[in-house]
Amino acid sequence: MIEINHVNKWYGPTFQVLKDCTTSVAKGEVVVVCGPSGSGKSTLIKCVNALEPIQGGDITLDGVKVNDPKTDLPKLRSRVGMVFQHFELFPHLRIIDNLCLAQEKVLGRKHDDAMTKGMKLLERVGLKDHAKKFPAELSGGQQQRVAIARALAMDPIAMLFDEPTSALDPEMISEVLDVMVDLAREGMTMMVVTHEMGFANKVADRVIFMDRGEIVEDAKKADFFGTPRSDRAQKFLSKILQH
Amino acid sequence: MMMLGNFDFDVIRRALPYLFFEGMRFTLTLTALAAFGGLVFGTLIALMRLSSYKWLGRIAGFYVDFIRSLPLVLVIFWFYFLVPYIGQWLTGASRPITVGAFASSLITFIAFEAAYFSEIMRAGIQSISKGQPAAASALGLTYAQSMRYVVLPQAFRNMLPVLLTQTIVLFQDTSLVYVLSIPDFLGAASKVAQRDGRLVEMYLFAALVYFVISCVASFGVRRLQSRIAIVR
Repeated sequence: MIEINHVNKWYGPTFQVLKDCTTSVAKGEVVVVCGPSGSGKSTLIKCVNALEPIQGGDITLDGVKVNDPKTDLPKLRSRVGMVFQHFELFPHLRIIDNLCLAQEKVLGRKHDDAMTKGMKLLERVGLKDHAKKFPAELSGGQQQRVAIARALAMDPIAMLFDEPTSALDPEMISEVLDVMVDLAREGMTMMVVTHEMGFANKVADRVIFMDRGEIVEDAKKADFFGTPRSDRAQKFLSKILQH
Repeated sequence: MMMLGNFDFDVIRRALPYLFFEGMRFTLTLTALAAFGGLVFGTLIALMRLSSYKWLGRIAGFYVDFIRSLPLVLVIFWFYFLVPYIGQWLTGASRPITVGAFASSLITFIAFEAAYFSEIMRAGIQSISKGQPAAASALGLTYAQSMRYVVLPQAFRNMLPVLLTQTIVLFQDTSLVYVLSIPDFLGAASKVAQRDGRLVEMYLFAALVYFVISCVASFGVRRLQSRIAIVR
């Protein structure tokens, strides 16, 4: 589904954020990307739907080359959902309109159909009663669940999560993770940048560990948590798992 | 006291219908149309300045700097007298084309306000976090759609008090069309003043009217500002 081949990316002429990254996410697979901050994991996931350009290598999404200038990027992006660290709901629109906007303007759905779909998804994330509110009236956890629903409204073939719980208060993290676990169990293809190792342990098929722009470890979940091969991954794991 | 003793309120009263139905109507029409046109073109200029095409940004930047370094009254004057000849040259007509005083002053004000509004809208667009257009793109919206439905509505809402304040300044600036002897509010007052030889009454009254309208409008903008601050 997602193929990342020898991807290189620089910020400016000298600073290389991604160094020869190669990995893939198969259909229905859940892949967690972790690593210390500044390791390039968020950058990598943003390259998948071309929110960030790459300077070397190739990324293909469902057979379509992302970094081909001829690719219709808006169309491609409409097929992959993305959830951001800071939710990025549109603050001037009501919750339900946040869910309808792209359905109508990008997919060309009729307003009534978009509403029906939107309400169904709000119900699914447990926020049906908040449809008429504005984003600022919701808690962080609720906003992030709306953001997930907004992405799902586009019927995506895969979902990208960029640290979906890092901006949340601790008591709100689980309500978001619950939605993501359900999604994973339903067979959604997911690439998730997160530090939530409990989530990884529960639903991930594979775990990728990045450090300083490199993919240091790319292993089945059991292998990763059991016997990480690299020193750096071992150190990272011992640091975040010791509490 | 002596001045007030001679003060003829009746001159003002008799001139009221003319002052307001002719003069003020013109002033308000010009203000509204120039503000609207200025906002539309100003937004386009702001988008040009922020575009990733460098030369587009340079053209827009030059335009804004150029306009802002010219005295408005000079441009109103210059535009009125030169545009017929420029029009003639452009269309290849045999004689200067006719451009009415209203059309001429409206175009001048739109050109001027576009420069000022563009700076306001640019600040407004830059005040929106980069995550917003990124989220819009991630949903598949094109650049134009993301601007139209996501970025510009927020930029406009955030900047509304500043835009309205600029419109109040514009309302006062429209009095400069007196150089074309157009009967805007000030022009109308000035005509009556000269006809009846009542300069003090008419100019004082005109000043009072501008003052009251601008004051009330500013007060309204401040209230709006505090309301927006709460909603946000």
